[in-house]
Amino acid sequence: MNIIVVGLSHKTATVEIREKVAFSPNQMQKPLAELVGLDGIIEGVIVSTCNRVEIYATTRDIAGGTARIKRFLADYHRIPLESLDQHLYTHHSENAIRHVFRVASSLDSMVVGEPQILGQIKTSYGYAAEYKSSGIILNRFLHKAFSVAKRVRTETKIASSAVSVAFAAVELAKKILGDLSDKTVMLIGAGEMCELAAKHFLNSGARGVMVTNRTFERAEKLAEEFGGEAVRFEELFTHLHRADIVLSSTGAPHCIIGPKDAEEVVRRRRFKPMFFIDIAVPRDIDPKVDDVENAYLFTVDHLQEIVQANLAQRSLEAEKAEEIINQEIGQFYKWLSTLEVTPTIVALRTRFDEIRRGELEKTVSGWKDLPPDAEKRLEALTMAMMNKLLHAPTAVLKKAGQGGRVDLYVDALRQLFELESLQNDDRELELEE
Amino acid sequence: MIQIFFYLTFALYGCATAAYLVYLLRTTSQVGMWANRLVTVGFATHMLSTIHRFSSSGYLPITNLHESLSFFALTIVGSFILFERKYKVTILGAFIIPVALLMVISSSVFPSAIRELNPALKSNWIWIHTIMAFISYAMFTIASGAAVIYLIQQHFLKKKRLGALFQKLPSLNTLDDISYRCLTIGFPLLTIAIITGAIWAEKAWGTYWSWDPKETWSLITWFIFAALLHSRLTTGWRGKRASLLTIAGFLVMLFTFIGVSLWLPGLHAYK
Repeated sequence: MNIIVVGLSHKTATVEIREKVAFSPNQMQKPLAELVGLDGIIEGVIVSTCNRVEIYATTRDIAGGTARIKRFLADYHRIPLESLDQHLYTHHSENAIRHVFRVASSLDSMVVGEPQILGQIKTSYGYAAEYKSSGIILNRFLHKAFSVAKRVRTETKIASSAVSVAFAAVELAKKILGDLSDKTVMLIGAGEMCELAAKHFLNSGARGVMVTNRTFERAEKLAEEFGGEAVRFEELFTHLHRADIVLSSTGAPHCIIGPKDAEEVVRRRRFKPMFFIDIAVPRDIDPKVDDVENAYLFTVDHLQEIVQANLAQRSLEAEKAEEIINQEIGQFYKWLSTLEVTPTIVALRTRFDEIRRGELEKTVSGWKDLPPDAEKRLEALTMAMMNKLLHAPTAVLKKAGQGGRVDLYVDALRQLFELESLQNDDRELELEE
Repeated sequence: MIQIFFYLTFALYGCATAAYLVYLLRTTSQVGMWANRLVTVGFATHMLSTIHRFSSSGYLPITNLHESLSFFALTIVGSFILFERKYKVTILGAFIIPVALLMVISSSVFPSAIRELNPALKSNWIWIHTIMAFISYAMFTIASGAAVIYLIQQHFLKKKRLGALFQKLPSLNTLDDISYRCLTIGFPLLTIAIITGAIWAEKAWGTYWSWDPKETWSLITWFIFAALLHSRLTTGWRGKRASLLTIAGFLVMLFTFIGVSLWLPGLHAYK
């Protein structure tokens, strides 16, 4: 039995392509049913997030199964396979296991270490479990992936630091101001990074936003978007003391806040610390503001430095994470290999026994004047032959199972003796689980 | 036998100090948890040691430097445990517990024999006067510990050196909260200690105030913290200079407590 992965991610496809092949989370029953209905596909899980769409499946026929899943992805979303194929990656066996462990541990994410992906895979698995498209192998496989991700999270510091400028700003604000829930953000000017940072602050619990802009309508529009308050640019200094965090990114050619202003504002705030973030080039806030007591000025370069340091830290931690994953792959692969030994042995015996009984029946029923104990003797003779014949293969298979490279033997036996009925055993195992 | 709890305390504070310092420099939260446990057990044995001394001597054990330093350490550790619980600032232990350990070490240097009590000290006023003074001292110690960390954090922020230590130490806001809380508890207690001391002096020596060195230095300490609290309440004054003044206040207080007793003769000297 093999695990295969077919998918695409932010690394292989643009957002336009990813959108087209995404699965809607409310309607997973149909695609999951179609997936496990495919010829040769036994179990299946579909993971669909904004950065990746991936299908995990088990099959005996790697090449055929992979091709049918690709075809399914294309047909389901009504995209020609020729245009989709170039964006798809496929993995099987050990590489498939590694891939899923890495994805769950957030090593394959756009922002390495971001925590959402694990929850998204859990949700996807939840649908597969609900609609019974996953069975014994994928159940165990994904639970293993979750525990690997947890191990990576607790044993490495991969997710413990901010790796975007906006996030770094929020983390820094907490170090200065403590809890953000009673803190106010002032946005001076507009700009993508400024707005993004403001959103991060609001998501982290900041109480409110004030927005000012040279064109008041623009300020009003932005304030409405954030559920905040618009302030006229001329009145900036009558409101500035109410802000704990100041984000500035105007296109002004010279500084709009100087050290004297900052001193005055801090005094009006009763010396409560104030966090200034200057995103503008040329700068909006005079560097001397940083010399004012209880005013802390950071430019986008400072924040970028923090991010770089954190990223360097993360790549060190990612190496540790890869090591953990390598250990875990070995363990899981061994389990997967031994999983098939017993059913194969049983199937092989059953097959031999069928032939033996059939031939015995034929011989006995056509034999007239059968000596009284002949049937018993024939029975004993055929049983002994069967056991002798099966002894060596059984022993070899069991030994191979412990070594971890059993799939070759299992596949060979399956084909040599046409053991297709084994699929029934898989179903039974699934039910047991 | 009488000393066993004292030595146990000594060992526990020593281990806790080591654990807090490891916690400060290394990135494991386990060590911090163990440091907290060690210090809690140390506080318990310290308490037992103090109670034991009290029951065998019959007076509050603050009559000589050995007893006073030990008692001072006890109130510091007790206050630290409460603040650690409330503000979740394990790291503060790396700055406070070494001070307590130092007190216990210096305490063991001074003679520990139980002697006949000076008749002037045989009064119920000793309870309220000295316990108030000791708790206020402990509060100022915690406040200056927080002030030291505040200065470190502020330095990191201004120099934009935001490394592992910066990440580990508490936010400016938390440190300011702790300092302010200590000040608002410690200052009224110091005030009560001075007033009750004056009343007691009138009863024992017939005069409210005799400009004994300890009295003078206590008054200086009182003025420093009064100024600090006054600026905080009127203008909200805080930050670097406020932290420096807190530390100055603590040093003056320490001199009031130890220096005056050792070097300046007077009514309060431990004889």
